[in-house]
Formats: sequence, structure tokens, C-alpha cells
Amino acid sequence: MSGNPESAQLRRGTLASVALLVVFLAAWEWGPGCLGIPPYIVPPMSAVAKEAVRMWNVSGLAMHTGVTAAEVLIGFLLGSLLGAFFGYILGMSPTAEVALSPYILALQIAPKVAFAPLFVLWMGFTIYPKILVAILIVFFPVLINVLTAVRNVDPDLINLARAFKASRAQIFWKIEFPASLPPLFAGLRIGSTLAVVGVVVGELVGGNLGLGYLLAFGEGQANTPMVFVAILMLTLVGGVAYLLVILAERRVLHYMPKNALSGF
Amino acid sequence: MTDTIRLEYRNVTMRFAQGAGHLTAVENVSLSVRDGEVVALIGPSGCGKSTLLNIGSGLAAPSAGDAFVDGERVEGPNAHVAFMLQKDLLLPWRTVIENVMFGVEIQRVPSAERRQRAQALLDNLKLSDFAGHYPHQLSGGMRQRVALARTLAVDPTVLLLDEPFSAVDAQTRMVLQRELAQTLKSAGKTALLITHDLLEAVTLSDRVLVMSPRPGRIVDEIAVDMPGRDDPLARRRHPRTGEYVNRLMQRLGIGHDGEPVPA
Ligand SMILES: Nc1ncnc2c1ncn2[C@@H]1O[C@H](COP(=O)(O)OP(=O)(O)O)[C@@H](O)[C@H]1O
Ligand SMILES: [Mg+2]
Repeated sequence: MSGNPESAQLRRGTLASVALLVVFLAAWEWGPGCLGIPPYIVPPMSAVAKEAVRMWNVSGLAMHTGVTAAEVLIGFLLGSLLGAFFGYILGMSPTAEVALSPYILALQIAPKVAFAPLFVLWMGFTIYPKILVAILIVFFPVLINVLTAVRNVDPDLINLARAFKASRAQIFWKIEFPASLPPLFAGLRIGSTLAVVGVVVGELVGGNLGLGYLLAFGEGQANTPMVFVAILMLTLVGGVAYLLVILAERRVLHYMPKNALSGF
Repeated sequence: MTDTIRLEYRNVTMRFAQGAGHLTAVENVSLSVRDGEVVALIGPSGCGKSTLLNIGSGLAAPSAGDAFVDGERVEGPNAHVAFMLQKDLLLPWRTVIENVMFGVEIQRVPSAERRQRAQALLDNLKLSDFAGHYPHQLSGGMRQRVALARTLAVDPTVLLLDEPFSAVDAQTRMVLQRELAQTLKSAGKTALLITHDLLEAVTLSDRVLVMSPRPGRIVDEIAVDMPGRDDPLARRRHPRTGEYVNRLMQRLGIGHDGEPVPA
């Protein structure tokens, strides 16, 4: 089979990637032992795998993962919706932007995860404070991207629509909204990974559910393999969220030249 | 061509606020374009040509004076005028045919008629094979042809063209110029063609207006007395063309020593 140079490149890259994974796993399994690092610092891969099985059977790993995934999903969706909504409002109304920008800037600078203890105080050991932190942290990159996109629409394009006697609503739906989609998706990609951060911090702070809780519990027990398992599962949750965004992006932005949509 | 005036500027002055004072972009410009006539407008950059286009299309109101299209005073954007710029302004998320339908869609022309009009224009401009393509898949010349189709799709009586081909390469430009000339002639459209290409002005128009540096005023008017307004390539070879271009150069103060310029 002789593909074009591009697919050959892709095949070589994938191969190298798989090889790297094998090397990494091997180093993880035998590296610590060879270097004399004790298992309670860096447990070998097999110990982590065994712990994962034990946690799945005994500690409700699936349930905790499900809780975290649900919080991430809800927080991400609500945060993106709110961020996009305010992004469009501010993008279309310079007055609103001037009025609100100092507060937005302040909130953007404030470390969002620092709100987690406050939210737990307000809402107790429920899933809501976690979702709220996720909403807050997802909100800004989405808002900023949408706002900038609406602002940066070529004024000549708007004039073209105006010359055809477009209404404000038509200008939004036919120009500003579609023009904002590529930056919106860039914001959603960032948001999908940040949502996991927000949820974990919330779970670390309080409650007895979710991967963040397992993380804290494992730490308390000095159960390093458990901590590793929790981190891996969190990465998995974030990875799936990211993947879903990319799949949606590919569908929605199908008109874009291929090289403008990066694989990651 | 009839004697009906389709586009008219009457004592139009445009000032823009600048710092503490203001900048006069165009001053007391009066001009009129008859039905079916193509008038070229040339002048140094910054003399207010695009400003006049904005006033004609109703996107900007003049500081003094009035513009009229089809006898009606221009109060804002109206369906009688459509413009085309150097930038094609195609929407990247729309296919070629969807881009052509952009204006008629905004004007809420029924969708069957929209499609029919767009298809007819694509056929005329030899774009039908690309109806389903996206703009990024087209060359600059083709994109500009799509922009022309979009402008014609709303069936305006007056076209305002602002350096429409200045961003495409010389050979493509000649092809596009011929297509534009033929389309304008066969559809009997009235047009104001802003250009900095003197040869384009002479070969595509019935009349050339020359503007002074800012504040822009009309300082000369040359009737192009040659056959073939729908065939700019033939006009290029016409002996008079060189004379006209020469005169325009002199009027614009290019090549003061007056050496002859080959056509
Ligand atoms: N909206 C505006 N605000 C301020 N100045 C403007 C505006 N539009 C044009 N001008 C100024 O008016 C002058 C004429 O501009 P323009 O009509 O674009 O010239 P041309 O198209 O002949 O090159 C320029 O000096 C330009 O800077
Ligand atoms: Mg201009």
C-alpha cells in the first residue's frame, strides 16, 4: 500500500506514539525498582492496575467516576452556555461591555478554585458546589473567545449585510453567530479540561463522592496506588470530554479547510 | 441606455471628525449616471472615492448635499443599489451558491426563486461546477466572480463597484473585466466603477470622472468615445485608448514630462 506522503507521515507518527507508550509503561513498571524508589512513592504499573481492580470491585470506582463525569458534564454545559450567552451579549453591546468589563476582569483574575470552600459552606457536601466551581471556571475562556470573535467580525461584512437591509437579528444569525463558532470551539476545548479541574477541587474540599474524594481518601491512607488510579481516571474523564468537543467541532465546522482543524 | 438618471450626487460634502477639528474627505461633488451607463471614477488614494460609495449605498449620510438613486433620495440602505468591494466578503461557512443567495435571503425572496436566480447567475459566470464548493476551495478570481454574482442576485438598478479587481492577478483581471463588461451591458445595469487602474477605467466605461486629492472634487470628465463597452479586450487594442490613458495620467499629475504611454 502506498498512501500519499501525508498518510505515511501519520502512520509513522502513530507508530512512534505507540512505541513511546510501550517504553513508558515498561519504565514505569521496572524503572522505580531499578532506581531504588520505594513503591509508596512511585508504585509500579502492576500495583496500580491491581489497585484499580480492587477499587472497581470494592470501593465503587465506577460509581465515583460516574459522579465526577456527571458533574463535569453538567458544569461544562452550563458554564459554556452562560459564557457563550454573555459573550454574545457583551460582543453586541459595547455599553454592556464597558459597564461589566471591570467586574469580569476581576472575576477572571480571581483564582476560581479558591471559591470551592465557600461553595461547600453554602451548599454542603452535595454535588452542587462542584458543579458551580466547574461553571465558574469554564465560563471565562468561553466568554472571552465569543466576545472577541463577535468584536472582530469584519465591519465590511456587517456593512454588506446592512446594504442588503439586514435586521439586527439577521446580522447576528447570518454573520456574527457563525463567525464566532471557530473561536467558541477553541474556548470549549479549553473549558472541557478546566471543568475537570473545577470539579476535582470541589470534591477535594468536601464530600464523600467522586474521584476527587478517592484522591483525598487515598492520600489519607498513604495509599499511593489509589492516588494514581484516581489521577488516571480523572485524565480519562477529561480526555473523553475533550474528545466529545472535538467530535462536535468537526461536525459543526465541517466547512473549514482540513489543516485549520488541528487533531488536538 | 436611456436619459433617465439612475444615480446622482448633488453637492455632496463629507467631513469626518478628526482630533479637535475635522477632515473634509469630499467637497461639493455633483455627478450623475444615466440608465445603463457605466461611469468610472478615478483619483489619488484617500480622495474620498470609497466615501462616495458608502454615501450612495446608504451606509453613511453626507455632511451636506444629497444622493439620489432612481430618483429617490438615499436615506439608508435600499434595494436599488448593491456594492462590490476589493474584498470578496464571502462567508466561509457558506457554499458558493449559498453565498450568492446571501442578499436575496436577507431580502426574504422566496427560497425557490432565490435558488433559481443564483443558479442562473452561476451559469452565466461559469461557476455552476463550483456551486457546492466552499470559498477556501476557490481561486481569488473565482471568489471575486462569486461576489459579483451575489451583487447581481439582488437585481439592483445601480451597482457601486469599489476597485473590484485590484486584488487579482493581471490575467485573471482581464477575464473578469470582460465578464463584468458583458454582464453590465446585457443586463443593462447602471454602474459607478471606482478604480485606480486607468486602463480599466477607459476600457470599461462610457465616461471617466477624475477626482482631485483630498478634499476630493471632480476636476475632469472624459467621455470615452469608442465602440465596444462590452469588450474591454478589443478596447485595449483600440488606438484611442492610449490617448485617453495619457490624458488621465496628465490630469492626475503622473508623468509630467508627457512622454507617450503605450496602450
Ligand atoms: N469613517 C471614517 N472616519 C474618519 N475618516 C474617514 C472615514 N472614512 C474615510 N475617512 C477618511 O476620508 C478620506 C477618504 O477616504 P476614502 O473614501 O476611503 O478614500 P479613497 O477610497 O479615495 O482612497 C481618507 O483620508 C480617510 O482616512
Ligand atoms: Mg477606497
